[in-house]
Amino acid sequence: MKLSGAEIVCESLLKEGVEIVFGLPGGAVLPLYGAMANYPKLRHVLVRHEQAASMAADGYARATGRVGVCSATSGPGATNLVTGIATAQMDSVPIVAITGQVPRGAIGRDAFQETDVTGITLPITKHNFLVMEVEDVAPAIKEAFHIASTGRPGPVLVDIPKDVLLDLRTEFVWPDMPNLPGYHPPGAAPARQVAQAAELINRARRPVILAGHGVLISQAYRELIELAEKAQIPVITTLLGISSIPTAHVLNMGMPGMHGMAYNNLAIDQADLLIGLGMRFDDRVTGRLRDFAPNAQVVHIDVDASELDKNVKATVPVVGDLKQVLNQLIPLVQPTVHLDWIRRLDELKAQHPSLYIRESEELLPQYVLNRLSEVAGGDCIVVTGVGQHQMWAAQHCKFKEPNTLITSGGLGSMGYEVPAALGARMGRPDKTVWSVAGDGGFQMTMCDLATAVENNVDIKFAILNNQSLGMVKQMQDVFYDREYYAVEYSGNPDFVKLAAAYGIEGMRVTRKEEVDDAVRHAMEVSGPVIIDFVVKSDEQVYPWIPAGESVHEMIEEQPARGGPY
Amino acid sequence: MVQPANKGEQSASGPEQHTIIALVEDKPGVLTRVASMFRRRGFNIASLAVGRSERAGLSRMTFVVNGDMETIKQVTRQLDKLIDVIEVSDISTHQVVARELALIKVTTTPSSRGEIMQFAELFDANIVDVSTSSLVIEITGGEQKVNSLEGLLRPFGITEMVRTGLVAMVRGQESGIDLENLGIPPSANGLIRMDSGI
Repeated sequence: MKLSGAEIVCESLLKEGVEIVFGLPGGAVLPLYGAMANYPKLRHVLVRHEQAASMAADGYARATGRVGVCSATSGPGATNLVTGIATAQMDSVPIVAITGQVPRGAIGRDAFQETDVTGITLPITKHNFLVMEVEDVAPAIKEAFHIASTGRPGPVLVDIPKDVLLDLRTEFVWPDMPNLPGYHPPGAAPARQVAQAAELINRARRPVILAGHGVLISQAYRELIELAEKAQIPVITTLLGISSIPTAHVLNMGMPGMHGMAYNNLAIDQADLLIGLGMRFDDRVTGRLRDFAPNAQVVHIDVDASELDKNVKATVPVVGDLKQVLNQLIPLVQPTVHLDWIRRLDELKAQHPSLYIRESEELLPQYVLNRLSEVAGGDCIVVTGVGQHQMWAAQHCKFKEPNTLITSGGLGSMGYEVPAALGARMGRPDKTVWSVAGDGGFQMTMCDLATAVENNVDIKFAILNNQSLGMVKQMQDVFYDREYYAVEYSGNPDFVKLAAAYGIEGMRVTRKEEVDDAVRHAMEVSGPVIIDFVVKSDEQVYPWIPAGESVHEMIEEQPARGGPY
Repeated sequence: MVQPANKGEQSASGPEQHTIIALVEDKPGVLTRVASMFRRRGFNIASLAVGRSERAGLSRMTFVVNGDMETIKQVTRQLDKLIDVIEVSDISTHQVVARELALIKVTTTPSSRGEIMQFAELFDANIVDVSTSSLVIEITGGEQKVNSLEGLLRPFGITEMVRTGLVAMVRGQESGIDLENLGIPPSANGLIRMDSGI
């Protein structure tokens, strides 16, 4: 039976096991929507803004480990997807974006709603396709999913002109294999490299593991713990590596870097070996490269060869799938106890208690997140936006299971918290999902509260409302002599009334005593809830290594009078 | 044996010229992907030549890139990461045949024409166009050879010059990129076919 290009897209998505497509229709993509109407197994979730579609697909992918799918029309529909696509690219998240394009004959003529979306997304996708023949539709989608989900995952965009979607000339033929002669994601690593890595680990006296997103992506959580326990190596988790090992694990030290624990930065400074697992030595982790880990050799294991030696030169670079490499490596690692080193780190922790929340009558954002995590029980999924609240969540929330902190690390996309929570909850309806938002980011994407309400997606929104762009304000406080400019929000809506406008429950919390009950109540209510936590507005995030500086310039606590200088 | 880490420092070796060859799928947009990667990562291409390979559906690219070893390593890895790039090889340390072609238009006078033609002859270059006041010389050779002739002709007045950039191939039996070893079937073809190719 001959099918249209649009029907072939739907058949292909079903072959890939897709259940949900986040999107918003428009002229060029209409044939696809016409077809989807006849595929009830594909649930289309209609968003209010295409940015929510790509970010919901991202949240869905991070929460489930499966490929998230979004769709939009040509032109503005496609360009609105861009921030979500770039977010997924920076954080190695598998999403497939399907966009309608103007008909082939109109391409290049500046037609209505025409944009060169494959050109626009070229540097922010793992790969993209412009499908110019209907017989190429199924192979393109097969390859898109394969590329998105294997190796180092990432976003793939498939742009299909309207007349290709309407083309009724072919049958649906699903290829057995993707035809990608230039694409070979690595598996196990060469034995010699693994042996060299083991040699360094066995010789090390002050080793630390830096566990990144790769641990979660390759599902190497068990192996991470096995390696750490076998040789008693402390584990420092990057922002995206958080939840790869339970917070409560005795060897888990938490986050390093700009707003990481002071003792972790000192540990890295004193370490004689860094074992980087599925992480990329981002500048937020390293600070000034010249001063980063001056005493350490480096074992760096990553599936993406181009990450090795990119920022930090590896003594032993190892290319491979992390789970497989760790399974090769663990038998070669000798059981040991780095007693002196662990003792030294305990001293550092005692001398630099970075997680201390001071006594205060005021509602401190750190306190809110600490209590929220405690009351929610640590087995919920926390989705954050970007800024101070994100760092406090990374510092103060506790995690028990993999993939339970979902946050835009690399791109740092404010507004991520609303749509990503939508995707996460739709992918994991068995989990409580807390969207920890800033009042700034929340207002970037809050139009998609409507999508949550419409689909009864049970998200608990905790807005840490300081009526400002707190992280920027913090930087202006310190680096611009408290010349606050364009950071204060005096026209915020009443978020409780906003909740009411959407027909959901809203609460306002202004005092410490109310926090636990509000969190508890939100979790008892079925359906979305907004809690507006009106927090102390000039609270700042510490510890802090200012951008481009090193552990030697680390500021551990908020100075009494605001700025540290 | 493992070497001590040398983090974040530029390697001791200064910038050098490397010849990198790549086998890529002959599809629309491949050149854009490659060029975009170079631009975005701030790598410096001295020359780039692209053309069909011995296998239908595949093209070969030859890059001459300036950079220290660390940079060149990043260049090859970033190239290799592109889905349409099948194989990349830095052939700088191999015995290679490397050639480029240049067309050089030189101003002539009745008194200089003879000398210019002598230079051309010395370099095995061809005179491909003659007018009363100019010559177009076609020269093929390694970069140094072309540079030398260019240098000799400059005092006469070069009014126009075009160089193709280097194409390179490893000498002898050895291959920079071996299709058979890569397991690429003879029919390897791009997904999206357009007549224009790259």
